[in-house]
Amino acid sequence: MSSLSKAFTSSIGKKFVMGLTGLFLISFLIVHVSINALIFLNDGGETFNVAADFMAHNIVIRIMEVGLFLGIILHIVQAIMLTSQNNAARPEKYAYNKPQANSKWYSRSMGLLGTLILMFLVLHLYHFWWPTKVSVYTHQEHNTFQNIVMIFQEEWVVAVYVLGVISLGYHLLHGFQSSFQTMGWNHKKWTPVVKTVGVWFSIIVPIIFALMPIAIYFGWVS
Amino acid sequence: MSTGNMNLTLQVWRQKNSKSAGKLVDYKLSDISPDMSFLEMFDVLNEQLINKGEEPVVFDHDCREGICGMCSMFINGQPHGPKDLVTTCQLHMRSFNDGDTIVVEPWRAKAFPVIKDLAVDRSAFDRIIASGGFVSVNTGNAQDANALPIPKIQADAAFEAAACIGCGACVATCKNASAMLFVSAKVSQLALLPQGQPERYRRVQSMVAQMDEEGFGNCTNTGACEAECPKGISLENIARMNRDYFSAKFISEEEV
Repeated sequence: MSSLSKAFTSSIGKKFVMGLTGLFLISFLIVHVSINALIFLNDGGETFNVAADFMAHNIVIRIMEVGLFLGIILHIVQAIMLTSQNNAARPEKYAYNKPQANSKWYSRSMGLLGTLILMFLVLHLYHFWWPTKVSVYTHQEHNTFQNIVMIFQEEWVVAVYVLGVISLGYHLLHGFQSSFQTMGWNHKKWTPVVKTVGVWFSIIVPIIFALMPIAIYFGWVS
Repeated sequence: MSTGNMNLTLQVWRQKNSKSAGKLVDYKLSDISPDMSFLEMFDVLNEQLINKGEEPVVFDHDCREGICGMCSMFINGQPHGPKDLVTTCQLHMRSFNDGDTIVVEPWRAKAFPVIKDLAVDRSAFDRIIASGGFVSVNTGNAQDANALPIPKIQADAAFEAAACIGCGACVATCKNASAMLFVSAKVSQLALLPQGQPERYRRVQSMVAQMDEEGFGNCTNTGACEAECPKGISLENIARMNRDYFSAKFISEEEV
């Protein structure tokens, strides 16, 4: 094995990929949440649809989309490999363990939270990504905002979306600052800033995401 | 916290050897002084077992003053017990209450196989340190003090990393049985000083490779190791090790 491939398959190398893809997915969330927030202009989805149309048709965005899926897949594959190694590193469990004495539950449950996000993501792609793709390739008109209003009429859908973004929030609460630490960016002056920004990001972004189905279900936005 | 003498129930992991299966065994202890250390309490238990003609509990210990890193007990779900910044030998029975049940297990990790009862084989740590190799030092007379200027902040950070006693509590408490806090402390104590520079990038690569080979898990930054470390080794060391590792692998042209 060459020195570089050894680097990527080592423990720290795999963590590097986790951290880097994590940060990349965080940057995607900023774009996603900003466009979502356009529905709160309450202009019948006019501005939102312009943005959604641009995202669906622009060639640069469509190439970026491939990168985004690769990022998600890499993040998941690395997580599965790391988790199976981590489980193998302790074949016999403790009879009495008290992990709550030294760490937060969500930092120990990243795999579970990630799985919940993935399950939510499958439904989410089916709801919005798939119809948009179909319309692009069949050259049909697609009103994304109308689609949103239609889908968020059902209670269970709204509930699943809210639970999905809560999982995302806790995943980010650990993942945001953790990715900086993994990349080696631990600094006396900057780490407190990263941690504070991470906490606010993990609260504000999921709240904006959750407000979308809630606002539509209750008819605050139409 | 107890002031009078105590009666306790111990649940101790008994395992004949590395191959046999172990189990928790109950022992009743009475009239335990709160001023005893946790290991002295085990000495009392072992004396009783010997008097009864039973096999005493095997546990690691040496200096009993918190600096050698030999004692290694997982007490009520925490390495070195409930108190911060102490090793098992410096934990006193006054930290417990009369009538308590205390569960004592060995460190559990694939890389730390149980030898017998509470004693585990931590030679994986020795092999990681050995893989770090040498540090270039000039022969001849000792250098004048302060011949090499080192900023105080740097010297302090190196010294704090060097405080690691290699007890393995970080591995024991980590949900992934990761040794990254230990390895990063050993990498940092030399990487921070001018004397450690010539072999800096070779050393971090060798030590991480050996750590992976020993079968330790991967760090997920839960911070449990830092919280349980009896010497307060900081997570900053793990970030430093990662930085040095990336520099070594992606920038340095030296192959290791």
